[in-house]
Amino acid sequence: MNEFRQRIEAAIPALRRYARALTRDTEIADDIVQDTVVRALRSEHLFHGGDVRAWLYTILTNLNRNRLRTLSRRPALTSIKDSDVITNGPESGNRDIGRALDDLAEDQRATLLLVVLEGLTYREVAEVQGVPIGTVMSRLARARMQIKAYLDGERPSLRRVK
Amino acid sequence: MTDQDQTITEDELHAYVDDELPAERRAAVEAWLAAHLEDAAKVAAWRNHAELLRARYGGVAREIPPERLNVARLACRRRNGWIAVASAAALAAFVIGGFIGWTVRGVESSSPSDLTRFTADALEAYRLYVVEVRHPVEVPGDQRPHLVEWLSKRLGSPLRAPQLERLGLKLVGGRLLPGPTGATAFFMYEAPSGERFTLYCGHTSAHETALRYTAGAQNAAYYWVDQNLAYVLSGPAERDTLLKIAQAAYDQIDLRSPRQGG
Repeated sequence: MNEFRQRIEAAIPALRRYARALTRDTEIADDIVQDTVVRALRSEHLFHGGDVRAWLYTILTNLNRNRLRTLSRRPALTSIKDSDVITNGPESGNRDIGRALDDLAEDQRATLLLVVLEGLTYREVAEVQGVPIGTVMSRLARARMQIKAYLDGERPSLRRVK
Repeated sequence: MTDQDQTITEDELHAYVDDELPAERRAAVEAWLAAHLEDAAKVAAWRNHAELLRARYGGVAREIPPERLNVARLACRRRNGWIAVASAAALAAFVIGGFIGWTVRGVESSSPSDLTRFTADALEAYRLYVVEVRHPVEVPGDQRPHLVEWLSKRLGSPLRAPQLERLGLKLVGGRLLPGPTGATAFFMYEAPSGERFTLYCGHTSAHETALRYTAGAQNAAYYWVDQNLAYVLSGPAERDTLLKIAQAAYDQIDLRSPRQGG
């Protein structure tokens, strides 16, 4: 297996983590990772060095955005959150952070996850999302503000869950 | 209080939490946080979010990926699958193309105001096909000469699929569509990042124009008219990228057909 493919393979665990948090659905997440890998392989000849990992994050982020656009035109299918089994059950102590992610705008969620979960620098995130660094900063700020508001507001309901 | 105790911006607080702050500013931020409890609480909350996220999703990266994500296997399958898809698409092109061509015969009238509708239809076609994973086009881009010849014949005007490789765009392929003024050619391009752009082209009676811009919420288009043909280049809403691509397409189409009698 050539170096390019090895680098894709090495990135898959992290891509799965990002996709899982981004879509909050195991099956959809792995579908998107698979699609990302297929596209990366297809464009192998267009890749002239550089960071394979950042490039994969770019493809994945775009694919998820495309997917949400399709869903938004089919209202009957928008209720992913309701079928998300991970958010219920024994893990309920942590469920708040997942629910908090659901409430974010797609671009803000991607920014937050790329920075916090995937450890990309602000500059890398700007390249992945194709926006200036200032936009990354404002997305990050809005995401954090909204999550804080959500967690602060939701804390009392934890008692009901237990 | 030291000289460094100047106002700390919110951006710096984020940079502090994310280890993006220049080392020489760390002490200033820490001093600020010691004196501003509200900001300190914010920083603590953000760190807590990060911990919750890592606790919740960090484990996914330690799982063994499922077999369907095996890179070597995906690389293999892709090579075989492509040929099958390509030949199926070529067959479909003849069947569907013939049918659509027949159903839109005789729809040839147009007025300048049609340009608005034409652009709206182009954006609609963009939105419809750009999300297609398996069947975005009827004729794949590796059959470029056949694709262009076929669409030119259907429209009754010599067309050209612009070469946009210089901008990193690969021709995915094309299809024939019914448009407000008759048969319409539709070319799709794809960037390595997965973003797609389409060129929609059909007859018009509108006057020639330079590049014009129109935008929706999620996507946008540049359109122009050249020698009785209207062109609409649609893509994601990032205007600068779109302009670069539209300009390249415009220049190539313009070069191809020098104005007659002028």
